Amino acid sequence: MIQLFDLTKKYGTFTAVDRVTLTVPKGSLYGFLGPNGAGKTTTLRMIAGILRPSAGRVLIGGDDVATHPLAAKMRLGFIPDRPFVYDKLTGAEFLRFVAGLYGQEGQVVERRIDELLDVFELATWKNELIESYSHGMRQKLIISSALIHRPEVIVVDEPMVGLDPRAARLLKDLFRGFVGRGGTVLMSTHTLEIAEAICDRLAIIQGGRIVAAGAMPDLRRQHDAGDLGLEDLFLRLTGGTAAMELKQVLEG
Amino acid sequence: MRQPGLVHVLTPKWRTALTRARQERASGGRGKAITLAVVAVIFWAAVFGVLFRVLRYFKGTEEIGALLAGKLLGLLLLSFASILVLSNVVTALSSYFLAKDLDLLVSSPVDGLRLYLAKLLETVINSSWMVALMAVPVFAAYGIVYKGGWLFALYAPAIFLPSLLLPAVIGVAITTVLVSVFPARRTRDLLSIIALGAAAGVIILFRIIRPEQLARPEGFRNLLDFVTVLRTPTSPFLPSEWVSQAVMTYLTGRLDWLSVFLVWSSAAAFVVLGAWLHGRLFPTAFTRAQEGAERFVRGSVWDWSLGWLLRPLGAARREFILKDLRLFFRDTTQWSQLILLAALLFVYLFNIRALPLFRGETVPFFLVSTISFLNLGLAGFVLASIAARFIFPAVSLEGRQMWLLRSSPLDLRTLLWSKYWVGTIPLLVLALLITVLTNVLLKATPFMMAVGVGTIILLTLAIAALALGFGALYPQFETENAAQIPTSFGGLVFMMATIALLAVVIVIESVPVYRYLRAAFEQRPLEVTPLMVGAFALAALVCLAATVIPLRIALRKMEEFEF
Repeated sequence: MIQLFDLTKKYGTFTAVDRVTLTVPKGSLYGFLGPNGAGKTTTLRMIAGILRPSAGRVLIGGDDVATHPLAAKMRLGFIPDRPFVYDKLTGAEFLRFVAGLYGQEGQVVERRIDELLDVFELATWKNELIESYSHGMRQKLIISSALIHRPEVIVVDEPMVGLDPRAARLLKDLFRGFVGRGGTVLMSTHTLEIAEAICDRLAIIQGGRIVAAGAMPDLRRQHDAGDLGLEDLFLRLTGGTAAMELKQVLEG
Repeated sequence: MRQPGLVHVLTPKWRTALTRARQERASGGRGKAITLAVVAVIFWAAVFGVLFRVLRYFKGTEEIGALLAGKLLGLLLLSFASILVLSNVVTALSSYFLAKDLDLLVSSPVDGLRLYLAKLLETVINSSWMVALMAVPVFAAYGIVYKGGWLFALYAPAIFLPSLLLPAVIGVAITTVLVSVFPARRTRDLLSIIALGAAAGVIILFRIIRPEQLARPEGFRNLLDFVTVLRTPTSPFLPSEWVSQAVMTYLTGRLDWLSVFLVWSSAAAFVVLGAWLHGRLFPTAFTRAQEGAERFVRGSVWDWSLGWLLRPLGAARREFILKDLRLFFRDTTQWSQLILLAALLFVYLFNIRALPLFRGETVPFFLVSTISFLNLGLAGFVLASIAARFIFPAVSLEGRQMWLLRSSPLDLRTLLWSKYWVGTIPLLVLALLITVLTNVLLKATPFMMAVGVGTIILLTLAIAALALGFGALYPQFETENAAQIPTSFGGLVFMMATIALLAVVIVIESVPVYRYLRAAFEQRPLEVTPLMVGAFALAALVCLAATVIPLRIALRKMEEFEF
């Protein structure tokens, strides 16, 4: 379970995330949506312990990221949006290194590495330097690294960018399977069809504040949206008039 | 279609530079600017001062004075040119083949000539600014001693500019040819090894020929031979010789227009030839530059040897250390610096060996002991330069991967601990090697050996901690090339702090060492006084403080990093 209490992040006078309170229940896949610059990545990076909040708390499985960072991080697998990894390590070495960071080693890790590389079709690249991997392959490797220590919670920022359709489908199945076995996923994405199809609940953030949260039927009910799809609801909540203006511009 | 101007093509570059300067100023960069300015002025003043004295001495010498000054300028310009060719080859590789803006520029309808000229300008600026700054006190000294007048202040840059352009055109051409044969990343590896190997070779060769012997008057047969040698140019086809001719003839009032013409016309011709070559080779070379990342690698050696040795440290520390070592030895730009290090070590020991101390007469005990003691400062400085190269960038190099380290349960203390010892242990081995070998070569007494070894161990621990600490205080997360990190402002501050530490420790220890030398000189037994013990204890305390405080600051700073 992930719990955010009044989570705030300020850069000087600019408030990127403004008193966000959110609970991601255990065993659920939670979609985190919002337009560009709404504060999604900042929130996820605070949950992962990479950014320090200006105020508020983050609990992962009951452990506070600020006061018990190691215990909280042991439960967590983080997948960033930009796949920066060590170019001069091989895929297997990178995974072994990440497992080591979580205190895991030995045959269990070796088996797990083979398992994950097989699943993500990287097995033939196992002993090759990461600098020769494509963007999508790096993304798959990072996803594997987030799963290497069998986390309870996965926080993932834009997972589908750069993935081929097969890998994207695989990832969706993987997240559903992970949640089915009691895991928790918080996923930010711009692909609303995917969010609508696989997420149990959704939160929409705009200007650093949560403007809607809950399961899809609840969101429709809360905002008198009838049977509107997620895309229309999203545009309505985040000022989608721009989309209409764009249409007019394109039509001359 | 109207082609964009050169300035427009370079807009992202100069705008970035301007914004960075503005941000620097906004974030209280005044102290930084003042420190840099002070260091630059001291450096300029030193170069100017030395050259001014030498030129004044030359000017006072009848007949051959101007010849000597011209020869000296020719030599200086020739060394500038050789440095510039090397540096342009390396810079051209990134500006023409690896820079991030190339995809955009090559895919846009900018013609080849514009691209060549814009990138040539970028290469000249990036590779030559340091040499250009170095040239200011050099030309100033010539202008003032030979009374060039204010017009010389305009004439000197005008005649010096082609000497920056020519090596740039040559460097770019070499790189373009190399990249069209090898992939760019392989070329970078190849170049860094060749460049450092060449530099190491030159240093060793220069030392072995022992230039100090040339200063001995008995080396010359007669004055006429000497003057004849001086009158002949090093090579009439070298542009550095033309520039030197053009400057000296201007200063002595008989301007040689042919030299001026040769300098400028050859620079223009080279740019034209370079553009032609670029037009022919660049499309192929740029395509090749997109290929060629290394794929296969051998890694099991580390796992079997060191992995086994580090087993008691636990998985996290062991994997972290192994990762650092793998990255170091797989990055050619990093490990190839070891070649230069080996050459410097050789020169260091050669210099000690070449000291004219043991010439048959009684060994000058006092002199040997003093050199052995002061050698600590020199060894410390060498260690600081090495730490700046290898330990200072350690935190910066983790920058792009910090998301992984910060989101994992790896304790920052463990990270810092691993970085510290991975850097310190090799440095300690080197420090002991230098100190023990030097003292053995000097035939120093056991007391001096003990002082040397004890002090260098403590100094090494402190220098490594300072390097890591300043590296964390002034991180360079955006730099892709590790070799550029030590030349940043933080690197300068680290070197200044280390020099201050060396000075303090040497001054403190000079008290007991002086007492020891005095007792030995007066041939009476050494009396250990509380002052001596206290001085050694104080030196140890200073070193320990310089170890613990920077590490603590680094830890706190790293906890504050945000990405």
